[in-house]
Amino acid sequence: MNVPTMADMMAQGKQPEVLFWVGAAGSYDDRAKKITRAFVKILHQANVDFAVLGVEESSTGDAAKRAGNEFLFQMQAMMNIEVLNGYEVKKIVTCDPHSFNTFKNEYPSLGGKYEVYHHTQFIQNLISEGRLKIDDTNLKGKRVTFHDPCYLGRANEVYESPRDLIRRLGVNLTEMKRSRETALCCGAGGAQMFKDAEKGDKEVNVLRTEDALKTNPQIIATGCPYCNTMMTDGIKFKEREDNVIVRDIAELIAEANNL
Amino acid sequence: MQYLPNILFALTLAVGIGYFVMNVRKLSRNIKLGKDVDRTDNKSERLKNMLMIAVGQSKMVKRPLSGLLHIIVYIGFIIINIEVLEIIIDGLLGTHRVFQGIIGDGFYAFLIGTFEILAALVFVAVVVFWLRRNVSNIKRFLSREMKGWPKSDANYIIYFEMVLMTLFIVMNATDVPFQQAGIGNPISQFVAPLFDGFTPETIHTIERTAWWLHIVGILIFLNYLYYSKHLHILLAFPNTYFANLKPKGQFNNLESVTNEVKLMMDPDADPYAMPAEGAEEAVPEKFGASDVADLSWVQLLNAYTCTECGRCTSACPANLTGKKLSPRKIMMDTRDRLEEVGRNIDANKGAFVDDGKQLLGDYILEEELWACTSCNACVEECPVNIDPLSIIMDMRRYLVMEKSAAPQELNMMMTNIENNGAPWAYNQQDRLNWANE
Ligand code: SF4
Ligand code: SF4
Repeated sequence: MNVPTMADMMAQGKQPEVLFWVGAAGSYDDRAKKITRAFVKILHQANVDFAVLGVEESSTGDAAKRAGNEFLFQMQAMMNIEVLNGYEVKKIVTCDPHSFNTFKNEYPSLGGKYEVYHHTQFIQNLISEGRLKIDDTNLKGKRVTFHDPCYLGRANEVYESPRDLIRRLGVNLTEMKRSRETALCCGAGGAQMFKDAEKGDKEVNVLRTEDALKTNPQIIATGCPYCNTMMTDGIKFKEREDNVIVRDIAELIAEANNL
Repeated sequence: MQYLPNILFALTLAVGIGYFVMNVRKLSRNIKLGKDVDRTDNKSERLKNMLMIAVGQSKMVKRPLSGLLHIIVYIGFIIINIEVLEIIIDGLLGTHRVFQGIIGDGFYAFLIGTFEILAALVFVAVVVFWLRRNVSNIKRFLSREMKGWPKSDANYIIYFEMVLMTLFIVMNATDVPFQQAGIGNPISQFVAPLFDGFTPETIHTIERTAWWLHIVGILIFLNYLYYSKHLHILLAFPNTYFANLKPKGQFNNLESVTNEVKLMMDPDADPYAMPAEGAEEAVPEKFGASDVADLSWVQLLNAYTCTECGRCTSACPANLTGKKLSPRKIMMDTRDRLEEVGRNIDANKGAFVDDGKQLLGDYILEEELWACTSCNACVEECPVNIDPLSIIMDMRRYLVMEKSAAPQELNMMMTNIENNGAPWAYNQQDRLNWANE
């Protein structure tokens, strides 16, 4: 896959239109890597001039911050800002709502001011600029439900862009009872992803999967690599992997467009 | 001697209001124990929020039944204050229904008629409230933090409102000239016949008693507020005004940390440099919060405003899955501890004397804090814009940065970020491998 890095670009004296921030999950996690690749295919199809940081990318520090380690967060933030500002980055797109939130809201006061897009917003723009079309025949009629990531939805009030894209797939979107502002967390946020849950009588991702299953979906659409893992685990726990699949919106678009 | 009732009335009023003012002072002193945070920006947006959320109840109606009932009681409360004004003037001047003469029969009839209908509606609404709390099994009224005082407090408020509304109707029903005039008595005219067999003197005594009990009741209620979750009827206004306007996902960047990190990353900084001559003795900044004084005044105002409705808790994913965390409990604990600190200051002539206790550990447990997913459901849900999450985060910061007391797996995650630039133990050189797989 042809994925240019900022260093390559710089060597050629070029400045890409946008930096794609891949994020730790998108770089290392086997499931999330598929989302990363799907998004890159979409960028290629739309002829977007982008680059990644590659080995120069580091953790945004989001998980450290939510765990309470403000020191580590700010160290990471300042290091990243140094790199980003060094490359004169103006526009960032990411598939990870946590990175999105941190760049958009928490980096500016530390000196990192960028135009930040979640990939669903970015793709939506590509469509409205006429650079991308979604084929609405391949997934036609599929029963889909969408799980709002807390850090995209409640945290930043982005509810429409993912839904707009899903509707363009020609599928049949059914909302869960808890959706948008009242959506239930998948259970990964606040650094929970990296530890066992406290004692309780259920895992959050199982409860959320039950919410989703009540809509009788064939596909659970997600917009965050962590949500994706949580919902996939939930489906396995419920032993429904035979008839329900969990897909990021980027993956669905790549599939619809036969990429 | 004919002025005796007026003097008595003035005294009652003075005592009632004086005690209230004293408690309000205490309240404001306690809130000011919190750290400073600037909430003076965007005045128009703040005002708009207050008008929409506190005055307009926009977030209450998200739950239609309790929202509607609440609005009835709320409107009843506001409008009936006009009646209280009349009572106060009558009481001080020895007049009777002074507004009737001023605004004329027609409008007066309309006014009092409305009050009576509202009083009846409020009565019905609080009866439903009582049933919801005490008979139906609504989970958020049964959680563990709602045992004991919080439960009785809620019921006392309901009884209070029942009694006040009843007194208002009885007072009107036994006001013979008012009944004979037949204006503005749509409810009390049906109560009046109950007193038919009584002598005029008895009826008059009942009327005076109801009148007095009504105003005394209101004064007692006013002073009860400070001790009760009902304080929200006053604090909801400043609380929504000063609430956070930034995106919910934006957590503050601790400035004290920024300074240290900058110093650490600055290659020119001399770590052994002596503080400049005349510089303030550097008091090491405490990171995060372990007690109420480490929180901001907005967070403390939040604690006093919390009405213990439990909407936050009923939306909390941690709570919904049986974990110990309840954002409502976080707010109640904060208030309880703040009150304790306040009493300590009162008992020690204005200075806090260490009592060996703190909010963290003695009230809020680490287990509660670590169950939070930082999803903002509680913040979204709160009808008066309280932010329980910010308190949880500040306490996590204390645990991690001051006590190094994060759960083991989180320590590992943080070490990985430090060493590999990712929460997992992968090599940073492998960051781009996905492109070639
Ligand atoms: S942010 Fe934390 S306390 Fe609030 S609802 Fe989510 S898990 Fe519960
Ligand atoms: S914090 Fe808000 S939602 Fe939670 S109990 Fe208090 S008033 Fe209700």
